[in-house]
Amino acid sequence: MPPATAPDMRSQMRQNDHSSDASARRKSPGQQSPAQAEGIASGEMTTVSLKVNGTEHTVTLDNRTTLLDALREKLQLTGPKKGCDHGQCGACTVSVNGKRINSCLSLAVMHEDDEVTTIEGIGTADDLDPMQQAFIDHDGFQCGYCTPGQICSAKAVLEEIRAGSPSHVTEDLTARIEVTEAEIRERMSGNICRCGAYANILAAITEVAEERA
Amino acid sequence: MTVPLDSSDMPGPMKHVRKALPHDSAEMHVMGTATYIDDMPEPVGTLHVVPGWAREAVRGRIVSVNLDDVRSAPGVVAVLTAKDVPGINDCSSSFGGDPVLAEDEILFYGQVVFAVVATSRDAARRAAIRAKIEVSPITPILTPEDAIDADTTVLPDYQFRRGSPETGMTAAEEVLEGSMRIGGQEHFYLEGQVAMAQPQESGGMMVYTSTQHPTEVQHTVAKVLGVPDAAVTAEVRRMGGGFGGKESQANQWAALASLAARFTGQACKVRLDRDDDMIMTGKRHDFRVDWKIGYDLDGRIRAVDMEFLARCGYSPDLSLGVNDRTLFHADSSYFYPDASIRSRRLRTDTCSNTAFRGFGGPQGMLAAERMIDAIAIKLEKDPLDIRKLNFYDGERNLTPYGMPVEEFEVMHDLISQLEESSDYWNRRDDVNDFNSANAVLKKGLALTPVKFGISFTLKHLNQAGALVHLYTDGSVHLNHGGTEMGQGLYQKVAQVVAEEFGVTLDKVRITATNTSKVPNTSPTAASSGTDLNAMAAKVAAAEIKGRLIEFLCEQHQCGTDAIRFSDNKVFVADESFPLSEIAKQAHWARIQLSHAGFYATPGITWDRESATGRPFYYFAYGGACAEVTIDTMTGEMTVDRVDILHDVGHSINPAIDLGQIEGGFAQGMGWLTTEELVWDEKGRLRTHAPSTYKIPTAADIPADFNVQLYKGSGNPQSTVYRSKAVGEPPVMLANAVFCAINDAIASLSPGQIPNLDAPATPEAIMKAVQDLRSRRPSS
Repeated sequence: MPPATAPDMRSQMRQNDHSSDASARRKSPGQQSPAQAEGIASGEMTTVSLKVNGTEHTVTLDNRTTLLDALREKLQLTGPKKGCDHGQCGACTVSVNGKRINSCLSLAVMHEDDEVTTIEGIGTADDLDPMQQAFIDHDGFQCGYCTPGQICSAKAVLEEIRAGSPSHVTEDLTARIEVTEAEIRERMSGNICRCGAYANILAAITEVAEERA
Repeated sequence: MTVPLDSSDMPGPMKHVRKALPHDSAEMHVMGTATYIDDMPEPVGTLHVVPGWAREAVRGRIVSVNLDDVRSAPGVVAVLTAKDVPGINDCSSSFGGDPVLAEDEILFYGQVVFAVVATSRDAARRAAIRAKIEVSPITPILTPEDAIDADTTVLPDYQFRRGSPETGMTAAEEVLEGSMRIGGQEHFYLEGQVAMAQPQESGGMMVYTSTQHPTEVQHTVAKVLGVPDAAVTAEVRRMGGGFGGKESQANQWAALASLAARFTGQACKVRLDRDDDMIMTGKRHDFRVDWKIGYDLDGRIRAVDMEFLARCGYSPDLSLGVNDRTLFHADSSYFYPDASIRSRRLRTDTCSNTAFRGFGGPQGMLAAERMIDAIAIKLEKDPLDIRKLNFYDGERNLTPYGMPVEEFEVMHDLISQLEESSDYWNRRDDVNDFNSANAVLKKGLALTPVKFGISFTLKHLNQAGALVHLYTDGSVHLNHGGTEMGQGLYQKVAQVVAEEFGVTLDKVRITATNTSKVPNTSPTAASSGTDLNAMAAKVAAAEIKGRLIEFLCEQHQCGTDAIRFSDNKVFVADESFPLSEIAKQAHWARIQLSHAGFYATPGITWDRESATGRPFYYFAYGGACAEVTIDTMTGEMTVDRVDILHDVGHSINPAIDLGQIEGGFAQGMGWLTTEELVWDEKGRLRTHAPSTYKIPTAADIPADFNVQLYKGSGNPQSTVYRSKAVGEPPVMLANAVFCAINDAIASLSPGQIPNLDAPATPEAIMKAVQDLRSRRPSS
């Protein structure tokens, strides 16, 4: 279901609801600026500074705006994708202070002064990140929609293993975690690729892991 | 990555074709710069459209619709209902019955009643839930049984019949019968349905749409707006996945965006919320299949009687073609001497089921494999032996619809190669040993074939156009009617055009599919994208090249064989010139450097009315061997190993083809194992997000996964570089997984046929295990 509006939010919306002429079938958008309209439609606004891919941005947004929407709609960083908007598909994966998160499940206002890295901050055409190059070499995509999320996740997976953070399939919690296929599969299982390019995605990640080792 | 295939039968070495080159957007994909519609910069003042629906209603008459609170909601600019449609309120692909906005009736859970147009998507979504819609409920028809009882269908019944199955059944030494259910499948294209419409001067409309069928979007928008087709342009650069779910189902959202754009005069965008998308759009058809098979004691099939009962949903949509294709594939790879294969297209009060990779074929083939497995279990023989015994061969090679299986030797050879490379017989022994030694965990093994008919069974769709320009700097503009959804069509066509012109790939500019460049296109569907569009593009390039050759022959007083195009140059005898120079000279000589190429598949003669003729240009073949382990205490299942050998003729791009095979298999495996659509007793879809609808992940693909391209002599038909279509056939490789699960369950009680339905979720496996165990003493 679309996220149900909680009763308290609804009442808040009604209180805030002082739009003009309810009987008009069509209102000119000019009667209220989009920003005003958003402000009225939503709750409180906050100005937040986000450090994304090394650049500071100051944006004023509804407190309920997700980090994903802030990136895509306020900062025009459209690399992170909206797949399910539920934290279930992984297409919106970005890195925050070095840890991967589903940016659709996090509010932008929570990230004041955090270091956010999106796919746009990982490499350039002249200087691709090794993970990006490996995805090209191994054909680790088809439609490409999940790819930014896969790559952000894949880079984080190798960091997590290196940092000794265990997963569901880690057998010995006291030993150094090996980069095994089982570990990579398990840790990448939050990123759906509906085209089913998994074999190639795993091959790409494994290659980068081996080059590093 | 794989090595390029043998190109020995081609004139000269290939520079681009048959090379494992990356997807054309590879670099953009890894950098996140490939633009999907929701990533496009929005024109100033863009408004957002959200569909509104009666959230409690499944089927009923609309008593009242009160949208006052919606209209008065903050940010709302307009609220549109059926009354606001200036043209025809229908977005169906051919048969009608799909209102863009409901009029008097709610036909299924999720039907769109109104559309909110607001300054932001958030405002529109918040407004949409304020609607008060009163519906007088009608008891919905939900199951195939409900629909049979009510005798309600979306389209007439259809059948193939050969010989006398009744006599055959009587003559057979043994007869088995059963019934199985095959579930549907949600497309879950990762990019949901999306369209942006921008009003143009003088009533025109530019529609950016994520669709496999831009022409149909164009025609639908024109019909809904009541303007000529020529006033509307539809464009799609790429989709974030389609899988059939954007063949007809993209129409409604493009129509709504256009309607809102027309109404407000602003650019308008529809991007469906994922849950709305899953609730509102059609899925793969689910079936009940009733089957009966007569056979002799060797396991040779004598007669077959199959009835396919499809839940089509509330409207016909593409159900005619889908269900026909089920019948065309109800033979899998087996000869049925006498056969009655029937199809009922049941109308249910659910979303309108639609195209999904395989287009009904997978369900037909799975039912055939179920019958083969049943025979093998009953005769206590290996299912692979029964499969091979019934394969089409030199004498027994006519399908139930009368088309000969000309390449039966490819089928035999491919399966026998796979039998060997997968080490089937030794592993059969290992599986038996494992099962003797383990009481709880049981292994299963299966090797199943794929034979998939290539061509649209609606004959007129087997055509394509391409528009190619050569510019005077030697660069090439490429456009064609096919759409890119990740399958690598654009790249393959570009490789063909680069080969034809003898230019490097960077000289070929791939451009978005656009109805104003190539008109009246067919959907990119039926696996036909490359067969049709690459051929049309090749024709266009060859025509331009031909004009240049003629010009050069005159200039240099030489024969055509003295001229060669290669490495961005034109060689005339011993001299060479940059292609740009030749293009400039030709332009000065007033020679046209642009051509619209056209291609129509030859040799297709199918006549549906009489059920005679040849529906398919050729068949694509494949085989898969799967080994699984099930836990008979919990129903859990793992796919341990899968070996695939698949026939793509002479591959145009082996890397892309391997990706299609692996991905198609994964998607088929999801359909048959984890992806379960659940409607509640009221008819509401309960699995409308990936939290409840389980799509295979990286952890689910086989631990041991070996995929090879079949090295044969290429397509015997004169397809583009003797390649074969690859989009859909690999989905059915996953039948091996389902049959292996069935095999594992059957090991519990030799001689007993499990009642396993698809998808074989842990629950379905447990059910089949318990059912088999409860039967054991009486056998």
